[in-house]
Amino acid sequence: MPDARMNGTPTIQVQDLSKWYGDFEALRQVSFDVQKGEILGFLGPNGAGKTTTMRILTGYMPPSSGSATVAGYDVFKDSIEVRKRIGYLPETVPLYTEMTVWDYLDFCARLRGVENRDAAIERVMEMTSIGERADTLIGKLSKGFRQRVGIAQALVHNPEVLIMDEPTIGLDPKQIIEIRHLIKSLAGEHTVILSTHILPEVSQTCSRVLIINDGAIVAEDTPERLSARVRGAEHIYLQVANAAPEIPTELEKVQGVLSARAKGNGTYEIETNLGTDRRADIAALVVQRGWGLLELRPVSLSLEEVFLKLTTSEEVAQ
Amino acid sequence: MKNIWAITLRELKAYFVSPIAYVVSALFLVAMGYLFALILISSREASLRNLFNNMIFVLLIMAPALTMRLLAEEQRLGTIELLLTAPVHDWQVVLGKFLGSFILFVVMLLAPTLYYVLILQVFGPPDYGPILTGYLGFVLIGAAYLAIGVFGSSLTQNQIIAFFISMVILLLLWIADASSSVFGVGALSDALTYLALPRHFTDLFRGVVDTTDIVYALSVVAIFLFLATQVLQTKRWR
Repeated sequence: MPDARMNGTPTIQVQDLSKWYGDFEALRQVSFDVQKGEILGFLGPNGAGKTTTMRILTGYMPPSSGSATVAGYDVFKDSIEVRKRIGYLPETVPLYTEMTVWDYLDFCARLRGVENRDAAIERVMEMTSIGERADTLIGKLSKGFRQRVGIAQALVHNPEVLIMDEPTIGLDPKQIIEIRHLIKSLAGEHTVILSTHILPEVSQTCSRVLIINDGAIVAEDTPERLSARVRGAEHIYLQVANAAPEIPTELEKVQGVLSARAKGNGTYEIETNLGTDRRADIAALVVQRGWGLLELRPVSLSLEEVFLKLTTSEEVAQ
Repeated sequence: MKNIWAITLRELKAYFVSPIAYVVSALFLVAMGYLFALILISSREASLRNLFNNMIFVLLIMAPALTMRLLAEEQRLGTIELLLTAPVHDWQVVLGKFLGSFILFVVMLLAPTLYYVLILQVFGPPDYGPILTGYLGFVLIGAAYLAIGVFGSSLTQNQIIAFFISMVILLLLWIADASSSVFGVGALSDALTYLALPRHFTDLFRGVVDTTDIVYALSVVAIFLFLATQVLQTKRWR
């Protein structure tokens, strides 16, 4: 029997995966590997193909072409074997609202043939801190608790691979931190793929990021290296007291300034040539025109901007 | 097998926390009780044959009400994703759901009518043969109706639409032989006559066991559960 741990091959291997919905190509020849114990972040705008990729990996839908293997099993040919090894948290958490938390987890455990169900349920309830809600109806739970029940469900059979579509959506900041800790603690033993909109999440939890747009992978690297790679220009944040419509055009006349955009409330974002510092010139201009300088500082490119750069086609720094 | 049972068990629990099981069971038993009394008083005959013949018509409305939720609601709520990514074959999902509705049907609709047999005693010793085969027919026709209902529920996310699809299929099967005369004598006319639901059960209700009738009911169950599985599978491709 193929086993990823035996021969050191990646736990998840995706090769030229494509998916068509009618005439619409949702995935275009996507290929990537995930090593055992890694946490891979999936980033991309809505409709980019994140959920489609996850659904193919979990055996929910077959690909139109290409192949994918999980723990050495083909997701299409050995779907049941793959599903035994995967815990999946879909985007809409699949909860039966009329069941209690315990009954629901018991059902999920039965469905996946878990031996010693009580111990397994207690373990995941503790991991996701929902222990005191065992007898509560899921319909009566808050969004945060429901999300945690969804995560507990994905972990109840202690799967090799965990696939989570937007795991922290709808949680409050404290819960988000807890869940991120939980996900990080799973690394090593489990291989994790998660998708998210919240970009800091990726830099905090994931060891590797895969940015996907229009069904294709546009970048794949560590969060740090990605942001360095896309940094094509210096960014400066400017705030003035007296906002005026002509300010951006005036700023663009300063030597070395590539562009200037009004961001509202008298704030502006200025892009200048890489490796130059134009702050002194900009400050001089603002003072000279009497716009009232309030703040002027360099901005390092956040992952958020990296993401936007890569997924809006104006400037793809590949 | 264990995972089929897991689905069946969940389904049964879901029935009892929603009003549907109680409402359908109560309405069915009220209708049955009324018909039972009416038939008994007018015929003064210690048999359930006429009751069974009426029952299969009442069940025409009750069965789709029991099954409409099964797959439609899972699709509407997205919980189907849980089932279709669990290490369970699609046919096991369908069979588990069907068994859930079937057990409910036997326990909540069929079993409570058994006391009619006791009441019959008052009017003289009933002939147990036809009653026994009648109940066999009751079980078979229930299974066939419910399988059609499961198929109807697989087609849509909307329970009401699932209800009507199932009922229309049942009605078409019910009156299939009515249109057979249009086609004169021939294979098509014979096929339509064979397809007609009620005529397969009148014999059983009279105490005559014919294997073609049993094969008919089991085929309906198998075909419609197979079709429901196919529907689930094609939905994966979209």
